[in-house]
Amino acid sequence: MAEATEIQAQEEPAAALKKDAAFISFLRSEGERIELLLRTLRRLGHTPKRARLVYEQMFLSGIQTLHVVLLVGLFIGMIVSLQTGIELAKLGQQDQIGTIVAISMAREMGPFITGTILTATVGSAIAAELGTMSVSNELDALKVMSIDRLSLLVLPRLVGLALIAPLLTLVCDTVGIIGGAFVAQAQLNVGYEMYMTSAIDALRPTGFLLNLPKDLYAGLIKAVVFGGMIATVACNEGLKTTGGALGVGRSTRSAVRDSIIGIIVLNYFMTWFMYQA
Amino acid sequence: MTTQATETGPVIRFTDVCKRFGEKVVLDGFSMELSRGKTLSIMGPSGVGKSVTLKHAIGLLTADSGSVEVFGRDISEATSAELAEMRKRMGYVFQEGALINWLSVGENVALPLRENTDLGEDEIRTLVEERLRLVHIPDAWDLMPSEISGGMKKRVGIARALITDPELILYDEPNAGLDPEIARSINALIRELQEGLGVSSLVVEHRIDCIKTVSDEVLFLDGGKALVQADPEEFFHSNHPRLARFFGKESA
Ligand SMILES: Nc1ncnc2c1ncn2[C@@H]1O[C@H](COP(=O)(O)OP(=O)(O)O)[C@@H](O)[C@H]1O
Ligand SMILES: [Mg+2]
Repeated sequence: MAEATEIQAQEEPAAALKKDAAFISFLRSEGERIELLLRTLRRLGHTPKRARLVYEQMFLSGIQTLHVVLLVGLFIGMIVSLQTGIELAKLGQQDQIGTIVAISMAREMGPFITGTILTATVGSAIAAELGTMSVSNELDALKVMSIDRLSLLVLPRLVGLALIAPLLTLVCDTVGIIGGAFVAQAQLNVGYEMYMTSAIDALRPTGFLLNLPKDLYAGLIKAVVFGGMIATVACNEGLKTTGGALGVGRSTRSAVRDSIIGIIVLNYFMTWFMYQA
Repeated sequence: MTTQATETGPVIRFTDVCKRFGEKVVLDGFSMELSRGKTLSIMGPSGVGKSVTLKHAIGLLTADSGSVEVFGRDISEATSAELAEMRKRMGYVFQEGALINWLSVGENVALPLRENTDLGEDEIRTLVEERLRLVHIPDAWDLMPSEISGGMKKRVGIARALITDPELILYDEPNAGLDPEIARSINALIRELQEGLGVSSLVVEHRIDCIKTVSDEVLFLDGGKALVQADPEEFFHSNHPRLARFFGKESA
């Protein structure tokens, strides 16, 4: 027992130091990511020249994730419909179920789910691809040829993901609302027409900057930001990879972890900004 | 080239360069010079820092102390734009090829032209095909790096380094993994570039026959220092004890 406390006492300062170091390295890597984002945005004018790479990135990201978005979106819509439907039925308000499903899909669930799926499939792939390029000297090769790596590698991924994310979110919103309709019909006895009318009415209010359905475009703006953030984090982790195959694994893991944290934190602040400020 | 008038000294000059990775000292007071239009070969045991030396010469690594001058300019003082300009005058052949894995062989060689020049598609095609012929792989355009052997990757790497007609080429073991016939033709190519176009080359090389054909001078790197730098004749007859040990009985 005494021995154990002694060991603990010895370890404590080291652990505290480690925590500080972890916090500093967290700040540093956030700084690096913001810097990478800004430097890449400065090259936004290269997009026409990179159109083919942007298109490829969008196409691949879309193909790789579409079926997952369809499936997960459908079930999330069904879950929301069922969960809230049961409560609404207790109050005799099940007619409102369309409203609830439409709003929660458009505002939160659509962009969140799409972002998470993109992180797991595309973000991880980007970190691994660029990480592999780094450990096999391909990035050094670009450097010695004076080729702009941000323009060639980062820009197409950033633009591609920022464009594909809102499209996938729109798909996710749609299948979610349809999934909700199945459950409303089958389990809550809310007719399809009634459900759809309330869903569409719920999305109708416009506001905040644009004369468009606010909940819809607020969600799509979130999706654009998530797409850009996922690409930035994944590219940054990939570009700074060292240490062979192990290093590639490490980069992929941090890219996925930090993107998911990023989605949740950014989601809160964007919601606050768009709905409260 | 306007800067050339002022560039009369050696193309590359290392002065007392020291480089360590963590505890491991790789270069420890390393000095050498490569004269304009000459070929210098670097020899030394594996893991001694030959690749590290080449990487210093193109600014992929920076010295902890001492100076590395290329084209008469201290590389550590160059801005990133200046460094990019210097690198456009240089070619670098990586030890493992370092081809961009998602581009075909032809596109790999074409990449510097597509990225840094305004040449049209036809001109690019002609230039790339010419370089692929030089390294004896005229029909490889559509192959992907994952489909070709290590030796072939190396040749694509050479073609890519040559595509911009550099004045200075750094070769990291250009002949490792190549059969003797191809190796001979690569050596002939290095020689031709030097004699025909005045290209300066720094070559990391193991094979004595290759060194004898291509080099004006040979340098032996060990213990972080240039132990011997001499012309091949003198080098291979040197009775420096470390060299004798390296070559075993055959050269003694
Ligand atoms: N980026 C690096 N980080 C840490 N150590 C390195 C790095 N590059 C090279 N080294 C070490 O420097 C030494 C020399 O490497 P290198 O120049 O590749 O040897 P060689 O003479 O065979 O080309 C090796 O021990 C290697 O492990
Ligand atoms: Mg080496």
